[in-house]
Amino acid sequence: MDFGNVFLNPEIIATYMPQMVRAVWVTIWISVLVVISGLALGAFLAGLRAYQKRWLAWPIVLFADLMRALPPLVLMLILFFGLPSLGVILSDWFVLYLVLTLVLAAFVEEIFWATLTSLPRGQWEAGAATGLSFNQVLVNVIFPQAVRTNIPQLVNRSLTISKMTAYGSVIGVKEIVSVAGSAQAFSGSATPLTMAAIAYLIIFFPAMLLSRYVENRFHYDH
Amino acid sequence: MSASQPLPTLEITALEKRFGETQVLRSIDLKVANGELVFVIGPSGSGKSTMLRCCNRLEEPTSGAIHVNGKPMLGITRRDLDRMRLQVGMVFQGFFLYPHLSVLKNVTLAQRKALKRPAAEADARALEMLDKVGLKHKANAMPGELSGGQQQRVAIARALALDPKVMLFDEPTSALDPELVGSVLKVMRDLREGGMTMIVVSHEMQFAREAADRVVFMDGGVIVEQGIPDEIFGNPKSERLRAFLSRVSGEAA
Repeated sequence: MDFGNVFLNPEIIATYMPQMVRAVWVTIWISVLVVISGLALGAFLAGLRAYQKRWLAWPIVLFADLMRALPPLVLMLILFFGLPSLGVILSDWFVLYLVLTLVLAAFVEEIFWATLTSLPRGQWEAGAATGLSFNQVLVNVIFPQAVRTNIPQLVNRSLTISKMTAYGSVIGVKEIVSVAGSAQAFSGSATPLTMAAIAYLIIFFPAMLLSRYVENRFHYDH
Repeated sequence: MSASQPLPTLEITALEKRFGETQVLRSIDLKVANGELVFVIGPSGSGKSTMLRCCNRLEEPTSGAIHVNGKPMLGITRRDLDRMRLQVGMVFQGFFLYPHLSVLKNVTLAQRKALKRPAAEADARALEMLDKVGLKHKANAMPGELSGGQQQRVAIARALALDPKVMLFDEPTSALDPELVGSVLKVMRDLREGGMTMIVVSHEMQFAREAADRVVFMDGGVIVEQGIPDEIFGNPKSERLRAFLSRVSGEAA
């Protein structure tokens, strides 16, 4: 058996290509949903925390610490295999989406919060002195600056969390790793795994190029 | 005070400010008439910046009252405070332009969001104000591309665009290179000629002599002495003012 036959068998590729293409779409749309809702939720929580109300702040801090401390896989297993015992049944893709969104939101909240507190106080004061409300300063002055300063970190977190969609294989989401894994078991060939690797490259290389573009586009001199 | 006297544009009454145990301001009374330029001098830590920042409540007074055109700044809702702050323009030592917005957008933001002016009107007003500070040609520049003096003039335009009744200047030239100070002082002089009511905290004594209607000397959280510039600089009455002036002129020499 030569290398090509093991990792890139043309027949195996042809057999599993349709399933792989479907799996790529599953990975893409779950990733996109997770990134959009995770960034939005994280920014929203950091915004809430900026109000400096203790009863708002400590649940947010607790949430962020828990989500950052626990492995996402543990949370997925609990939600997917644990909750049905209580009569709560969530679909596999929803558990994957929910857990990854919450984890991303926790990291994003911490990233934003660090910047909100480190921007010069004068930025808040300049806004307030011109009659802007607290919300208006937060939305128009503080957040745009926080986003720009943190684009590299936010992009990195988004790419990392997108790759974690592979955990979905454990709870049966038909994403790339799950499809490739069962194809490998069924065919006894390593070729589906190579296909999975190539699929990830096809998704994430453009994503990385896009992220470099975004980083350059929103860079500004202080 | 007779009833026929016109309402002061800004009136500070029995203003006190404590930071914990430290009393920064003790019973400050100050009236600023319409069109008057009041210049505040004093050693660092004398409370002059704190007094200024109490006027638009960036600093929360411990007690006392502040009125702008007869309307109270204290004991009102945050919403009313936001509305009152539109009448009190402020210029900071550190400029604090919004670095992510163009010069034009810096000047239109509060017009749009706080005054609810339509975009076209806000743009027109912004360009008019930028022209006034000599920076109309920089409307599309980003703040990071401007010198300190230019940034400060944009900050002045940003405040003026809201049609304030009084302008507060908190050491507006202290962060500037010496050769850039003149351009900012020129804008302030123009403003004064245009009849703007101003309170200026600054160390530019020459400017105070030329442009101020009244000079207020603060030390240890109280107003020690006040009068026309010739009186304050030419014939200081208190020992503390004499000591301060000789220290300042010693530095300048």
